[in-house]
Amino acid sequence: MKLTGAQILIKCLEKEGVEYVFGLPGGAILPTFDALYDSKLKFILVRHEQGATHMADGYARATGRTGVCLVTSGPGATNTVTGLATAFMDSVPVVCITGQVATHAIGSDAFQEADVVGITRPVTKHNYLVKDVKDLARIVREAFYIAKTGRPGPVLIDFPVDVSRAEMEFEWPENIYIRSYDPSPADSTDLSKAQIEKAAKAIMESKRPCLYVGGGAVVSGAHTEILELVEKTGIPITTTVLGLGVFPETHPSSLRMLGMHGTHYANYSVQNSDLLIAVGARFDDRVTGKIDKFAPHAKIIHADIDPASISKVVKVHYPIIGDIKPILKALNGLVGDLRPQMKDWLAQIEAWKKKHPLKYDQSGDQIRQEYVIEKIGELTKHKAVVTTGVGQHQMWTAQWYGFTKPRSMITSGGLGTMGYGFPSSIGAKLGRPDETVICIDGDGSFQMTLCELATAAYYKVGVKVFIMDNAHHGMVRQWQELFYRRRYSGCELGPSNPNFTKVAEGFGILAIRVEEKGQVIPAIEKALAHEGPVLVHVLVAKEDNVYPMVPAGHALDQVMDMA
Amino acid sequence: MKHTISVLVENHFGVLARVVGLFSARGFNIDSLAVGETHDPTVSRMTIVVHGDDRIVEQIIKQLNKLIDVIKVEDLSQGEIIDRELVLVKVKADTAVRNEVMQIVNTFRAKIVDVNPESLAIEVTGGESKIDAMLELLAPFQILETVRTGLIALARRKALEAPPQYPQQKKDTQKAKTRAGASGKRVNVTK
Repeated sequence: MKLTGAQILIKCLEKEGVEYVFGLPGGAILPTFDALYDSKLKFILVRHEQGATHMADGYARATGRTGVCLVTSGPGATNTVTGLATAFMDSVPVVCITGQVATHAIGSDAFQEADVVGITRPVTKHNYLVKDVKDLARIVREAFYIAKTGRPGPVLIDFPVDVSRAEMEFEWPENIYIRSYDPSPADSTDLSKAQIEKAAKAIMESKRPCLYVGGGAVVSGAHTEILELVEKTGIPITTTVLGLGVFPETHPSSLRMLGMHGTHYANYSVQNSDLLIAVGARFDDRVTGKIDKFAPHAKIIHADIDPASISKVVKVHYPIIGDIKPILKALNGLVGDLRPQMKDWLAQIEAWKKKHPLKYDQSGDQIRQEYVIEKIGELTKHKAVVTTGVGQHQMWTAQWYGFTKPRSMITSGGLGTMGYGFPSSIGAKLGRPDETVICIDGDGSFQMTLCELATAAYYKVGVKVFIMDNAHHGMVRQWQELFYRRRYSGCELGPSNPNFTKVAEGFGILAIRVEEKGQVIPAIEKALAHEGPVLVHVLVAKEDNVYPMVPAGHALDQVMDMA
Repeated sequence: MKHTISVLVENHFGVLARVVGLFSARGFNIDSLAVGETHDPTVSRMTIVVHGDDRIVEQIIKQLNKLIDVIKVEDLSQGEIIDRELVLVKVKADTAVRNEVMQIVNTFRAKIVDVNPESLAIEVTGGESKIDAMLELLAPFQILETVRTGLIALARRKALEAPPQYPQQKKDTQKAKTRAGASGKRVNVTK
């Protein structure tokens, strides 16, 4: 039986095991939406295409499966760019299908035409323009394969309307073969074995080792191997913001997060280590601080699946290329207890922990964001899936929630996309319906994508949104206070912020307003007990800074802290 | 430092833009770029000449390797290479100086490909230094126009590994022997 391109596309999505499709229709993608009408795929209609990409991204990060979005040509497609770039920077598998004008009209400035393959080339792992329906099934299969394997990333398929109408006999390509794509270049080769042995030897000889673990370990599902490595050797461990949850922060070996807003003791440990073991991390500038002063005494082991990450920022002494999980499995067999030789080192770290704990000012009547986040952590037993926007609330969430499970911190670490938190929480909740999903957002971030309140309300997605309303773009205000002589240029939101509870109620969502400290815990309890979506509007301290802080361009141990 | 980078790519639309994008995104000017099909019509070879910081060029090469359509990348500046470029030059040369110009042409084993009363068109092939030397000698006669193909290059001793062939191609070429060391993997992703 002959099928249209649109029907083939939908069939391919079903065959790939897709559960949810996030999107918004329009002219050039109408044949595909018509085919979707007959499908068992669950479609989530968003209010803006950026929301669709963040939902697909949140779904992917929460579940480990590939997120899918489906939008129209031109503006529909260009609206996905921020979402694709967000997913690209954080290596999230997303397949985005965009409608396109008919092949004969491409390049004629047709209505709702944009060179989407050109626009998205630098923000996708790969992209396709389907010029012939004969290639369609293979392209969809390749797109899912590329998105999910190696270092994952978003893949875009630009799908012209005439190709979606063309008919052909459908044939599902069981096997695919891409000769120029080898997702795990050095996996299980003798070379990587030799490298693992060298690294193990370096670990066994080190006196002041430190583990630095990033999002790659989450992607690889290597949390049990990491726990084993730490418990076997006793090596202290710090994670990046994307690595949060891959190792329980309640564990005594945890140094919590490192970097610009990391703990004193994590940063000091990195700076004073003689061996830094980087696992699935990429030495981002927010992590390293001033590069030529980064970990000055350390030899560096770097395990990563992406060869281009090795020695990109700092010179690596022991590169290991491949999937983290099998690498750590092999490594765990070669290392032993280091506690005896690390005695002084561990004592030093304990002293740092004691001298410089994470802290905040608990006096006064003002509600501190740290307090709210700490309480959310306690009341969810540190087990909820948490998404965030970008800014102060994001860093405080990273510091104060206390993550214990992998895939529980969902945040835009690389691109720093404000507005990411709320839509991604919707995707995460749909992907993990039995778990508590919390969005901790700022008043600035939330307003960038708040139209998706309609989506959450309509599909009854039970996310708990906490808006930390400090009436400012708080992180901008903090930098202006510290580095721009308190000249608050363009950062004040208070006078023009809406009444958030009325906004939520307008969308038919339960809203709770929190004005006093005493209302915080009851509000969290009420939100957690409620079935459907809830918005909690918390009026927090307006001028509060995130500490500790390593100012940009400074060495990691040049830490600013509150007086 | 100057780098001559040889890239084997799928012979598709859009591949050139992907490759070039990695250079332009880092603010690199490409000195020369030559692209053409190889003996395998599904594969093209690009020869890219670029000046830049070694570390950044190394990073670009790694990023090139990550592009799905790129089969092989090699920085030829690492070893001995054969490099050639073809240049057409139009030089002002009336009867008074024509002999002088022709002497230069002969010395460089170049060819006169067109003669006009006022000018000569010269074709010259060679490596960078030969072409530069000849253009320098022709300069006093007034060069009217120049066009260069861009450098093409091969490593002297070893060959870049041949790309693995697709199953369909193998069927097409009856003699398709399995090539030693082909790195492509057959991937079965059946769930």
